[in-house]
Formats: sequence, C-alpha cells, structure tokens
Amino acid sequence: MSTALLPDDPQLRERFSELKPPLAPQAAVIEADRCLNCFDAPCTAACPTHIDVPGFIKRIASGNLRGSALRILDANILGSSCARACPVDVLCEGACVLHRQNRKPIQIALLQRHAMDAFHASGEQLPSSTSATRNLRVACIGGGPASLACAAELCRQGAQATIVERRPLPGGLNTYGVAEYKLRAADSLREVEMIRRLGVDFRIGVSIESATALEALEAEFDYLFLGLGLGAMQRLGIPGEDSDGVMNALELIAAYKVGHIREMHGTVVVVGAGNTAIDAANAARRLGAETVYLLYRRGENDMSAFDFEYEHAKQQGVQFLWRRQPLAIRSDERGRLLLDTVQMQQVDKTLLPIHDSQFTLDCDVVVPAIGQSPLAQLIQELRGVEVRDGRIVADRASGQTGNPRYFAGGDCVNGGREVVDAVAGGKRAALAILKTAEGSRA
Amino acid sequence: MPDIRIRKFAGSIDSPNPFWLASAPPTNTGEMIMRAFDAGWGGAVWKTIGEPVTNVSSRYSATDWNGQRMMGFNNIELISDRSIEINLKEMAEVKRRYPQHAVIASLMVASNRETWHEIVSRAEDAGADGLELNFGCPHGMSERGMGSAVGQVPEYAQMITEWVKEKARTPVLVKLTPNISDIRTVARAAKRGGADGLSAINTVNSITGIDLDTLTPRPNVDGKSSHGGYCGPAVKPIALNMVQQIMSDPEAALPLSGIGGIGSWRDAVEFILLGCGTVQVCTAAMHYGYRIVEDMAEGLDNWMRSKGFATIEDFRGLSLNRVTEWKHLNLNYKIVARIDEQKCIGCDLCHIACWDGAHQCIHLDRVSGPVNGHVELHATPAAKEAESRASIAETPVSRKEREALAQGPYSTPLARIPRVDETECVGCNLCSLVCPVDQCITMVQVDEGIKAETWDERTKAKSCASTTILSQGL
Repeated sequence: MSTALLPDDPQLRERFSELKPPLAPQAAVIEADRCLNCFDAPCTAACPTHIDVPGFIKRIASGNLRGSALRILDANILGSSCARACPVDVLCEGACVLHRQNRKPIQIALLQRHAMDAFHASGEQLPSSTSATRNLRVACIGGGPASLACAAELCRQGAQATIVERRPLPGGLNTYGVAEYKLRAADSLREVEMIRRLGVDFRIGVSIESATALEALEAEFDYLFLGLGLGAMQRLGIPGEDSDGVMNALELIAAYKVGHIREMHGTVVVVGAGNTAIDAANAARRLGAETVYLLYRRGENDMSAFDFEYEHAKQQGVQFLWRRQPLAIRSDERGRLLLDTVQMQQVDKTLLPIHDSQFTLDCDVVVPAIGQSPLAQLIQELRGVEVRDGRIVADRASGQTGNPRYFAGGDCVNGGREVVDAVAGGKRAALAILKTAEGSRA
Repeated sequence: MPDIRIRKFAGSIDSPNPFWLASAPPTNTGEMIMRAFDAGWGGAVWKTIGEPVTNVSSRYSATDWNGQRMMGFNNIELISDRSIEINLKEMAEVKRRYPQHAVIASLMVASNRETWHEIVSRAEDAGADGLELNFGCPHGMSERGMGSAVGQVPEYAQMITEWVKEKARTPVLVKLTPNISDIRTVARAAKRGGADGLSAINTVNSITGIDLDTLTPRPNVDGKSSHGGYCGPAVKPIALNMVQQIMSDPEAALPLSGIGGIGSWRDAVEFILLGCGTVQVCTAAMHYGYRIVEDMAEGLDNWMRSKGFATIEDFRGLSLNRVTEWKHLNLNYKIVARIDEQKCIGCDLCHIACWDGAHQCIHLDRVSGPVNGHVELHATPAAKEAESRASIAETPVSRKEREALAQGPYSTPLARIPRVDETECVGCNLCSLVCPVDQCITMVQVDEGIKAETWDERTKAKSCASTTILSQGL
C-alpha cells in the first residue's frame, strides 16, 4: 500500500503538474477571512458529506490548522482527495452566497486542501481505534471511496472493518481514475494509508467473483458493504473495436497514472463528451499527442461534462467534433487506424445520420469514453439484493439492500457520481450498519 | 467652492487646511515635515522636543483584525532623541521655507518653571506658530514625572500651563491624556491655567498582544515588553466620546485639535462635527505615508460642496447638540428591521445574531409558514442546522440536474431569506449591523401614534403625580 509501489516519474510530474497550485499560508488566511461564516451555510448543505465548511475555514483563519483538518475528517475521511477532485463549481463553491453579491466565491477547495496538506505534513494520524470496542465485523467489497469511507467510519466507532480489493493498489478511482493534475495517485495512497492506520484491514489483490467466495465472506463477517463501483467501460459496438490502438478512457488514465504509458504521439480520437472523456483527451495532450479530437454524436449544449472541464479541454488544445458518430475502426497497411464516422442531425428527438456525410479520420489511438457499464457479474450472485437498471437498489438514507446483511453505496448504487457522493454513501451505510447491529443485539 | 483653510485657530494659528500631522515619528525631522507639507498637509506638530532620550529597539506593535493590518497601533517610543538645538534649527528652516503652514512645537521638559520658560522662548524664537504641551505621553516619560504623570493631575497641569503662559507669545495647546477617569477635569484645569486650546486624545494605555510562542507581549525588547500607547482606527470611538465630553462642557471647552484614529476625510468630518477646529493624524500616515492627505482634502471639499458648507466653521460642532444624556431620549420612538428580499444573499447571519445576540425575532420560516410570537413557537438555530445536516445532498452530475437547481422569484432561495417578526422586534439594529449587504436590512420607523416621552419626563411626571396623590391624601 505504500507509495513505493508507484515509480516516482519526474516526467509525469512535470506533464501533469497540478491544475491549481496550493495556497501559501498567508493567502489561505486572507481567503479564510473573506468567508462570511454563514449560518447553516449553503456550502455545507450542498456538500454530500456536509463538511462544516465555515467551521473549518474559520479554524484556518484563527491558526487552528489541526482543528480545521479534524473538522473536515469528521465529516469526510477523504477530505484530502475531495479537496482536489470535487467539481466544487456545482457543489460548495457554487452554493457560496457571495455569488449573489457579484463577488468571487470563497475558494473552499483550496482552503480544504490547505488544512489537509498541513495535517498530512505534520505527520499526525487520526486517533487509532485498534482496540475494537464493538463485536462487529464488516467486510467492504471494493477498495474505492465508498468502501474507504464506510470502513473508516466503522473503525472510528469501534467496529472491525476489512476492505477487499481486487486491484494491486487500493483507492479505486481515486488512485486509478482521477486525472493526475487534479489528484495524484500518490496522494490517494497517502490517504488510504491514514485509513489503514485507523485500524482498517486491507486484503489486496483478492477478487470476489464467485458465490463460494461470497459465502466465505458471509461466514466470516456480520455485514457486507458493497462498494463495487461500476463495471468496465462501455464498448462502442462497432467493427474493429478490438484493434491494437483502441484503449478505453479508464484504461488510458490508469495506465499513465501508474507509469505504464509515459508518452503518446500522433492523433488521438476520444469518443464521448463526459468528464472522463475530457480527462482522457487532456491526458493524451499532456502525454504528447499532437492532435486530439473529442468526437460526440450530439452537440455542444448536450455534453454532460461540467462547463469548467469543457473550458479546460479547450485550453489544452483539444478539438471538438460535434454531431459525429463512429461507424467502424479499420487499420491501414502501415498500422495506423482509420476511424469511419458519419455526421448526425437531430430530427425531432431522434438522432439520424446525414446521408453521404461519411468521413474518415486518420489516427493512432481511439479512446472510447461513453460511460461505464453497470456491474453485472458479481451482483447476480448476491442473493436477495435487487438490481435495477444495472444499479443496486438500496435505501437512500441507510444504503441497506433487499438482503438485510448487505449494504451498498457509491457508484454501484447511484449509477456513477463523484468521489464525495461515494464517501457520503459509504458513511451513511456505516452508521446504518452500526444502528442495525445494535438493534439486532437489543 | 468650499474654503477649507483654517484661520486664527486658538487665537492666531493659520493653516491651508485642517489636516495636521500629530507629534509623532512622521514629524521627527525638518526634512520629513517639509515633505509632508509638499504632500499637502496643512500643519505639523513637531515630535516632542525636550532633553534627548535614548529609545529602545522594537518600539511598535499592532492589532490586526480579520486580515486587516493595524486596526490598532501601539508604541513605546519616547520623545525626540535628537538635541533641542538641532530640532529648533530645523524648525526655523521649515518656517522660513513654508511660512503659510502651521508648525507647532510639542514640548516636554522637567517640571520646574525656569526650564519651561526657557524651552518656550527657544521654540518661539525658532518660529513656532504655537506650542503643544505634551501632558499625555503614557509610557516611559511618565515614570520620570513628565507626560501623563502631569496630565493625570489637574493641579500639575494647571500649574505648568500657567508657567508656560507667563512666557508664551503664541497660542498654547494642552494635549490631554485619555488615561484618566474623566478627561474634563484636566481640560478644565488647562483652561483655568490659561490655555488657548487643547489637543485630544493622546494614546491609550495598552498591551496589544502576546506572542504565543515566546509568551512575551509585543513589542518585544530583549524578552520583555512595557505598556504602550494605543492609537489608530480602534481608538476613534473613544476619542470622539472624549472630544464630545470636552466640547460640551463650558468649563472645559476650548479650540480643540482632534486626535485619535483619524485616517480619512470622513473621520475628520466627524471630529469637526463634534467641535474640533483642526485634526491631527499619525497612525494612518505611518501606515500609508503622507500621500493619504490628498484624498482627505479632496473628500472634505467634495462633502462640503454636496452639503452646501462654504467653510469649516459652517459645520463645526453641528453634531454636538445631538448627543444628549440617555434620560432625554424618546422612549416611544420605534423602529423595526426590514429585509429587502431582492438584496438578501441568504447568509442568515441576521438570524443567528438575532437568536443568540438579541431578541429571537428573525426566523427562517418563509417556506414552512410564518409564525409570529414568542421564542418557544419557533425552530431553534440548532434544530435548523441539524435538519440540513441530516438531509441527503448529491452532486448534480447531469445537465438536467443542474438546471433543476435554478432559483425562484428571488436570487436567494426563499427558505434562506429570513423574516422579521415585527411584533417582537425591539429595533436594536444588530441585524442591520451584521448584514454584509448594504441597504439590505434597513431600520424603518413605525409610527405607533404615541407622543414622544423621555425617561426624564416620565419620572418627573410620576413624581408629580405621586406628590399630588400624597398632598391629596394629606
């Protein structure tokens, strides 16, 4: 779990230098002083984990940095990565009342990062609760944000939590899937290490893919938390998709983050227009690709990516091809890829190809980025857990599924949102497990 | 075009405007004072002249507040550390080059008649337009029987003023210390002693703060500190109060040069409205330099223009009679807070301030339905907060979800626009003071049709009534 598993790559660090540099200590205090300290603050309400934003900000202003970090961690154990990965424009900073006074919102994310960086730099750890005070054992399947938050909360309240993760590194998309210029894999692992020191047990490289494996967990643990995330990325469903040079967005992002891909050249075509597509397109540019196209079957106003992500991609030199649908991928004799596309138009509410508008793009890499598929395999094995539209059906407040011993949270329940949503879901489930366990004992 | 010149202040002091630099580091040398005059200052009170002192290293400290530097400023510097000869030689040179500007010699010497007579003569021979007797310095010099040690004992102040007046040909101003229970006692003594004017206030005794690493108060002089003199914006309200006290007292009132936290034309106007003939500035000039006087002069000119005042005398003292004793305030005057829904940004600071600091009459119940009446009927702030912490929030990831967050008729969601229960509002002003938006919360007069009545009138009426009853009973 140590960061030693990640090679320190100066080239990666340089190419993926941080999008937003951290605040200098005095700048942080000046920014913290700007905060009005709203009552029942809208930023706190907008945060899925309800971090006491004015509370931690005013602690920065007063010089109580330790208290500030603990205040954040009380609400959100992944406060460090959320400070980097959250789309704050549509969350806390978007809710800041200063907008209504035509003033710049408080830079909440940078302040949160300031407090968390100071906490990590101080070498301090959260009080560990290795002595379990409750006779309660919970397995969290999947090692991403939802499971981390669930396990951390359980541990902090005296239960025993074990995270079971199939990949070589824990942290889920925090480690493998967030653009490196926002959240470095090393920072994600640092946070995971803090959670391990709380007393959370990690079983790394363990796949739970059979009913037998599940039954073994059921036998060993009182409750199971499903923080499975989503499935693999969806396929385009066109001929030639398995050619060399086709690699989906999450594969690309994970590969460069752990050092498997260090450079790209030539022309890269990303298919899709969500936030992950943007991350992949930006990554291709930073890795050296001369030309990066982002190809989307609908128009600019239909893209699901956040506005600030779109702006960022334009600044990175990504070129956008609107209303274009891929038809097939071929290879020429020199091994380059040929992506056949067609222009689309919207007729009423239906997208239709325009006759005779075929066009072939010469490229080196094609990156499908049209979303993750729902989890299929494992869920079918879960007795009594209802799955609808590829999502686990769970109570919104408690995360409890149809099987009362199974709780769930994060992307596998909400269909794919942000890190902070997964943390909130994991924590709610932990509290519900504790409550259920107490109830069943009483 | 308004005329902001000062004529014959305290008898004979003229200056191109009412803005003087106070006796302090900015008036340490002739070179500095000449640069100040070039920048636009109308006068300068020379850094106190007396037997030269040795100053300590590390002399100032400050109180910062909410990111703002030097809200309050403190010093433990003594009077001039330069010889009397050099100071007076430079003073003569300044007066030669700037005959139209006011140069006041601030003086402090040992308490005997001859010494005072000698320094007065020498200062006037150097060309001083007036003398300011430093009876206010609260640190160091007071331990040697000078400064505020004189200014805190009316008999001493009167005696020295009399000695000075025996010799002086120019106006004599007495600078008063605020470190006394009633500043009027010394002001009256100065007047009895024949002073032509007063300067107030000198600095306030202070310890600005303590370094939490070394545990030494600031300013740190080799591990120790000493009480100093506090000035700057923080002391302005204290100064205004004392200015008003002096100027409202016929036995104390004299031409007054106002001092204490003045940094802008607004501050200056306030001191003049309470009767000051000139104002003195130090901290703001130490913070930003002499250049601040440009805006002070322009701002004063513009304000006078907009109000139709032709000279400083036209508005000097106009606010004095608007300060009265509490017992003469109208008990039947009623105002209530009104919140402008269009301007409200939803910080809800007025709600929490009213609940925890006032009278529990600002509520967040526009959506749930307004309830007027006593506190028990309303959700407490803690309950409100708990409710929102228990709610489930999600990141709006799709375009549709984001659009659904669009607001209603006001830019702030109705649930966050507080409502004032006017039946319970006591008109205390607190909400309008904490509101970060100008003109969002205004205090509106409610005419309840009741005749004005003061506490004085009410108690007198009662005692009359009881006397009547008593006499009838008899």
